[in-house]
Parts: sequence; C-alpha cells; structure tokens
Amino acid sequence: MRRVRLVVVLAAGLLLVAAAAAAQGPVVRVGSKSFTESYILAELIAQVVEQAGEARVERKFGLGGTGIVYTALAGGELDVYPEYTGTIARAILKDAGVTTLAAIRARMAERGLAVGEPLGFDNAYALAVSRRTAARLGLRALSDLRGHRELTAAFDPGFLDRDDGWPGLRRHYGLDFRDVRIMEHALAYRALASGRVDVITAFTTDGQLAREAVTVLADDRQFFPDYAAVLLARRALVERLPRTWAALERRLAGRLDNATMAHLNAEVDLDGRSFAAVAASFLGAAGGARAGGGERRAALLHELPALTLQHLVLVGVSLAVAVALGVPLGILAARRRRLGQVELMGVGVLQTIPALALLSFMIPLFGIGPVPALVALCLYALLPIVRNTYAGLVSLDPQLVDMAAVIGLDGWKRLGWVELPLASVTILAGIKTAAVLTVGTATLAAFIGGGGYGTLIVTGLALNDATTILAGAVPAALMALVVHALFEALDRLAVPRGLRIRARPPR
Amino acid sequence: MIVLRDVAKRFGDHQALDGVSVTVPSHTTHVLLGGSGSGKSTLLRLVLGLMDADAGEVTVDGVPVTAATRGEIQRRIGYVVQEGALYPHLSTRDNVALPARARGWPAAAIDARVGELARIVDFRRPLLDRYPAELSGGQRQRVSLMRALVLDPPVLLLDEPLGALDPITRTELQGELVRMFRELHKTVLLVTHDVREAFVFGATITLLEAGRVVQQGTFGDLARRPATPLVTEFLKAQAPPPAMAEYF
Repeated sequence: MRRVRLVVVLAAGLLLVAAAAAAQGPVVRVGSKSFTESYILAELIAQVVEQAGEARVERKFGLGGTGIVYTALAGGELDVYPEYTGTIARAILKDAGVTTLAAIRARMAERGLAVGEPLGFDNAYALAVSRRTAARLGLRALSDLRGHRELTAAFDPGFLDRDDGWPGLRRHYGLDFRDVRIMEHALAYRALASGRVDVITAFTTDGQLAREAVTVLADDRQFFPDYAAVLLARRALVERLPRTWAALERRLAGRLDNATMAHLNAEVDLDGRSFAAVAASFLGAAGGARAGGGERRAALLHELPALTLQHLVLVGVSLAVAVALGVPLGILAARRRRLGQVELMGVGVLQTIPALALLSFMIPLFGIGPVPALVALCLYALLPIVRNTYAGLVSLDPQLVDMAAVIGLDGWKRLGWVELPLASVTILAGIKTAAVLTVGTATLAAFIGGGGYGTLIVTGLALNDATTILAGAVPAALMALVVHALFEALDRLAVPRGLRIRARPPR
Repeated sequence: MIVLRDVAKRFGDHQALDGVSVTVPSHTTHVLLGGSGSGKSTLLRLVLGLMDADAGEVTVDGVPVTAATRGEIQRRIGYVVQEGALYPHLSTRDNVALPARARGWPAAAIDARVGELARIVDFRRPLLDRYPAELSGGQRQRVSLMRALVLDPPVLLLDEPLGALDPITRTELQGELVRMFRELHKTVLLVTHDVREAFVFGATITLLEAGRVVQQGTFGDLARRPATPLVTEFLKAQAPPPAMAEYF
C-alpha cells in the first residue's frame, strides 16, 4: 500500500518536472564533436538560435566522434550539429560514391534528416610546405612534388593508412619521398617551422595556416574528397522552427570561407580565446573585443563549480546503484557457487570492455547525456564490489560459519548478524576501490555529453591545451583523494568495533 | 543419550571413520581420545548434523540425526571448539546471548540468563562488555562455554576445548568443567588427544586410530587390559619420563 503511494508521488513529481520543462517552450539541442572547429561551429549555431528567439538552446558539445554524435542525432537526442559532406558519405552512409550535395540530401532525407547549405569552407586533408621551400623549389600544387624524392614528410597517423590518404595520393600523383614518418598533427607545424621536415599533412582550415609561413599545395588533379562543412539537422527542427532554421541558413551558409574558418580556429587554438567569444565576435554581437589568453581560463574557472557538482552526481549515483546491485550479487555468488562463477565472469568481461566503447554502446539504448554515463559507470563499478563481497563471504573462518548453524542462526539472521559484519572490511574495501575508480572513469562521461570534469579534459584535448586538461584532471584527482579519505572515515563507522581492536595483552 | 552405530564417513580417498559405534548414556561424560587424523572431530560433526554419515546411524536422545531433524538436534546441543569460535564483532555479552536472540527470547530473559551463566562459569561481569580480542585464552573459553550453555541444552559437545591454553589455565579449567558437568547433569562428549585430560574427564573412553575404534572402556581398562600394543603405546607416550616422576 505504502509502495503504491510512493509510486504515485514519484509519478506526479515527474509530471511536474516535465510540465515545467514544457512550459519553457521549445528547445534546440546543439551538438559538436571534440575538436576546435566543431566546437566553434556549434557555438555559432547555438548563438544564432538564441538570437532568433524561438527556442532555448541546450549545448551538448565535445561528443566523442562521428559515431556518437550522429547516433545521438538519429536517435532524437540532438537537433543539429556541424558535419562535413565527405564524412556523411564515407562514415555515415558508408558509400564513397555519393558525392554531390543533392545526392547526400536525398539519402539523408530518407532518414528524416536535413542537410543545410554549405557554410563555405572545406576541411579536407592537404599537404603543406614551408613558404621558403615552396619558393626555393617552385611548388604550387601537388603535382609539383613529383620527382622531389629528396624531401622528408611527416604525416599524421590516420593519413598514412586511409585509402583517401597517403596510399591513394601516392598512386594518384605518382609521388615518392625519401623519408615518411608518423607525427602527431599538433607537432607537425613546429617540425615544419624548424626545418626538420619538408612536407606535412594539414587540414585546410588549420589555425596555423592563417598565421604561419606555410603554403598549402593545391589539389590540382582532384584527389581529395570534398569535406564541405554543412549543418546536419533533424527535419523536425526545420519544420517546427522555420524562423530559426532560416536564420541559421542566412547567417552561416556561405559566410565562412577557408581563410575565415582558419582565422577563427587560430583565435581559439593560438590566442586562447573561448569558443563562445570567438563565435560572438564573428556574429558581431560582442563588439569584437579581444580578450586574449585569460578569457578562456576565466571561463573555465567559472564552470568549475557546476562541473564539480555534475561529477559528484555521476560518481555518487552510479556508486550507490552499483552497491545496491553489487552486494546482493556478491551474496548470491557466494551462496550459489556455480552461478557465482558465471556471474563473476560476467562482471569481469564488463570490466575488459574499454570504457569509451562501453559508453558508446549505451547511446542506442539510453541516448546521450548523464543517464547512459550513469549506467556505464555503474556497470564499471560492479566488479570490485561483487568480487569483494563474494571473496569476503567465502573466505570466512569455517568454524565461525559452522557455529552460526549450530547456534540456530538461519538465512537472513546468519547473513545480517554474522556473515556481513565479519566480511564488512573486505566489502568496504571493494566499495572504496570502486569509488576511486569511478571518480577517474567518470571523466570519460564527457564524450557522450555526461558532463563533469571530463568536459574540460575533452575540450583541452581538442585545443591541445595542457592548462585546460589540467583544469579537469587536477580536480578529478583531488576528488579521488577526498573520496578515499571519506571512505577511511566511513570504515570507522561501518566496521564493527570488535574487528578494529587488535588483540592486546589481557589484564 | 548419544548413540552412534556402525558409522562410516569418507572424504575422497580418505576413510575418516570406519564402522565406529559409541554410546554415551545420559548425564555421563565420554571422552574420544586419539591423535590427529584419528577421526574424532569428524565424529562430533556427524552428531551435530554438520555433515551426513555415508553409512550407519546417529541418534541423540532417540532422535536420528537427519536433514529434517538437524535444527531440533542442534537445539539440544551446546558446542565448544578449541579456539572458542567467538564472533570478533560482538561483545562477550552479545556472543553469549546470540543463541537466545536467534530464538527470539525477550531481552530481560536474556540478561538474566547471561548473569546467571557468568556466575556458573565464574566469569567476571565487567568483562561481559569486552570484545573477544580483549580477553585471555582462558576467558574466551569460559565465554564459549557460556554460549554453549545459554539455552540449557541436555548435551554438550566439546572439541579440544582446552587445547589452546597454557598448562596452568588448562588444569584450573579442567577441574571446574568436571564439577560443572556433574552439577548440571549434562550428557558430555569431549574430544581430546591429551591422555591426562581423558583420565580427568572420562568415566568412559573411546580410543580412535585412523577412523577405527581401538578400544573402549574406563581408563583402568585401557591401562591394565590393553586391546592391542598400540593402546599401551599411546598412553605411555604422554606419561612423564620415570626420572622426572622423582621430582613430584
């Protein structure tokens, strides 16, 4: 009876929350991937939507890759995000033959999605040389590289083995270099500037292209596929909020050429400005005031309390659920040994799934945001809890267990009065391990829009900015220490006094 | 009365008990004497219903020990083991009270019973609030005995109850236990490897070796009319050397 009433109250509460959310009017959920350009474009979209005044914006930025962000859009978790035509053809439609915008539009329409007008720039692979080398050898286009075997090249890891990368390019233009090495994209520009390498891979909108003495070689025999930036949106957004969609098309389509985009990227990557400020000055809203490197850091500090709360909720809720599930599972495993082996193997296998993969498996089931992150974190925390509960119970002194039977303790009394208290030290150690692990693993939640300190780490990785990464990593490490200390204190409360006393000489 | 008839128990290749029969009449004390691996602890566990015999029959006060009667049998038995098997997370008082609490006794009745037992086994009441880790070995065995007696069972099974104690405490407790068993009219089955202890406690003794009964009778029977040379060998092995006897 009481339970029924509780359910009714909960349902009423949920309805109220839903009603409150609905009362605030329509929402446009804007997504981005986790690299600078995607963040800037998403911020541009968000600000235009806000200025159109038809709907509120929810920012779900820094999602970990095309798979995650597209699945979220297709599943109705997002309304719009910036994408590239080449990526749509190759990674989403998985059909490199779809090249024209019209063909892409037709195919995406079948999936209930709309593709906007091209924004004006192309973020494709290109090869770049220093301006000095270009002048010395008279290099203007890729075909000019033929015959220059003496050059040293540094390519990023993806480029070396993609079919639309070096293997194809080499055949297409008949190129050959004496030395081809792998180098992280972020380091390649420095290597080029210092003269250690001659040719590097670039993306055509890299911020460095706007600032440094670098020449991009023209793709004169059209090898690289088209990676024109477009908005990818749900049809529902276009139909439901026509004024907003029109504003997006009017203010963004055709407005961003390669040089403009490279310039915006440079403002974030090289000048340390925030995504929001760069987007605002482009849209002319913030008067173009340039604040330099301090701006992004100030923005970070401002976010920290909210991120801390999000992180705590992720850890607290997932741990609580993991304890509520894991301790009974451990008890079951200890009671039914054969079932227990299967169970322990099961939670063990969960642990071997890379955290990022586990997170992405959650998206088709739970969408993006905190919920799938909570489910994944909870599954991750299960192993130490189940295993320690099991180990604590099966390793009890057999004399003490026998004595419980002889004394007349059966079932729940034996468990509650004797076995769990005796195993409490081991069980708590498992929970402690799970808690500290979860504080760390929760930083990955940001890849599926789960929030928390990971948001800063993901952003920092996108910017190749150690300060931003540390702004997320250091608080996470501190939180792990605090959690550890809290559990040490909890030990005193939860472990029976008799187990904490060491034998001392009797008086 | 405890009766074991032709009992056998095997663990894999090891025949722990092989055709063992023992009878302990009500209100008497019987000692199971034997070296390690002789099967004496296994025999106690069969009486307690903690494991089932492969063959033969075990009865306690006429009730056969089976899965169905196990609870009833255990209610009639108090059990004490060598290290005491006290629960380290419970105070002395809570350890003693546990069997009564498991059966839903009211708190006042439990308190009264614990007080009474402290008097019977001569246990200082302030120590009732200590934890097992804070007690000496002798004190722990007194607590273990109190717990075995709390429901006032007619039968006591003791598995090397004094085995872990120093000689002085052991001798002191031996005397007290003999007095207590007599005054409380318990049916006692006590396991030991110690010949002196068998002599002190045993109205009757069963000498076990490798799971078989070697001889049953009083200490005098075993000493004067040994069934096999092994009996004499076992008894003599623990006697003080003759040269040492001169000093007493």
